[in-house]
Amino acid sequence: MENPEDPPRFLTAAEAGLTGCRTCGAVNPGGAQTCYSCRSALTPPSAYSLQRVWAWLAAGLIAYVPANIYPMLRTTTFGRASENTLVGGIAELFSHGSYGVAFIVFFASIVIPVAKFLAIGYLAVSVRRPATLGSHDRLVLYEVVEFIGRWSMIDVFVVAILTALVQLDFAAAVTPGIAAVSFALSVAFTMLAAQSFDPRLIWNAEKREYE
Amino acid sequence: MDPEQLIACPACDVLHRDQEVAKHTVARCARCGTVLAAPKSGAMTRIAMLSLTALILLAAAAGFPFLELQAQGLSHRASVLDAVLAFSRGPMAPLSLATGLLIVLLPAARYGALVYTLAPMALGWHPAPHAAAVYRWAERLKPWAMAEIFIIGVAVALVKVSGLARVGLGPAFWAFAALLVVTILTDSSICRLTVWKTLKTRRGS
Repeated sequence: MENPEDPPRFLTAAEAGLTGCRTCGAVNPGGAQTCYSCRSALTPPSAYSLQRVWAWLAAGLIAYVPANIYPMLRTTTFGRASENTLVGGIAELFSHGSYGVAFIVFFASIVIPVAKFLAIGYLAVSVRRPATLGSHDRLVLYEVVEFIGRWSMIDVFVVAILTALVQLDFAAAVTPGIAAVSFALSVAFTMLAAQSFDPRLIWNAEKREYE
Repeated sequence: MDPEQLIACPACDVLHRDQEVAKHTVARCARCGTVLAAPKSGAMTRIAMLSLTALILLAAAAGFPFLELQAQGLSHRASVLDAVLAFSRGPMAPLSLATGLLIVLLPAARYGALVYTLAPMALGWHPAPHAAAVYRWAERLKPWAMAEIFIIGVAVALVKVSGLARVGLGPAFWAFAALLVVTILTDSSICRLTVWKTLKTRRGS
């Protein structure tokens, strides 16, 4: 048996006929279904898991469309109603001179979701094709996507707080728009897409054993 | 070689010999650099205490007054529950449930699970019954516990209304702000594989 710590040749659990646990790192026999140490369900690194990634990603993309088209917020001031979409809300913040907050909201609700769609799609494609980014860069990309994706939920919370807070009868009242639901769904679906991606596949692309 | 003496990197599956790692040093995967072990003295106590603090802060955030809006002689109080119920009218009701889960219930469940599994570790006891299952759930809930994201949302909302009205900040606001700090401290103290290894060795002894 070759020394697992001898670079640059690395032996993975799958190559050794064993199954590594992604939860606790314990090494289980090849056909094991649950980890002996932490009792998590074991999944060998397989390109089949990509189907789940693509399905969640498609759901997230579909939900992102109405999130941008329909109003996020409806504001009534002295009987005059106005509706704000995602982009409209950012434009309003910007025109009021709140550049910092406008930037945060722009980043959380436009830049992060779009970048996340592209990043997850790229990661899933790169598993099957020779990738331009190296394995390390792609792992970093995956970790960034996993870490930052949940922060997109900010916009849904902003709508919730504004609705709860701005209830001054006739003077001003805020009600949520249907886009809040589709945006929340879009964020949740892309989080699930990122969680479904198995980072162990990143290195398998170099070997192409599991296709 | 006995598989029990090996550890597979959770990110890239490379096998490593599972060795004793000295306190305050970090063992990383030779190929991808993922942290495999980072034992620190008192880390268990620290995480358990931080989680307990977070639970108390969450209870305070749910119970105390949150925000008060004043404009043109009118005023309106909003609690955290009001923010959760913001979507409860009409077809958006499921989003209210989701909001309640994301900002209060799941963070509470996660911190409760961390206290349950790690407090016995900190005290040097045997693991509590079903500790492995409970800790697995704590890890699974982590991305969905969004109390710290909620407080950033509150800050954005405050800027949005600050031009139109005066907003009074209640104790619940400060509880959430403190929760942001506690969450960051907790997450930076937890080394998942080290917790699993401790659970495994304590169960055996």
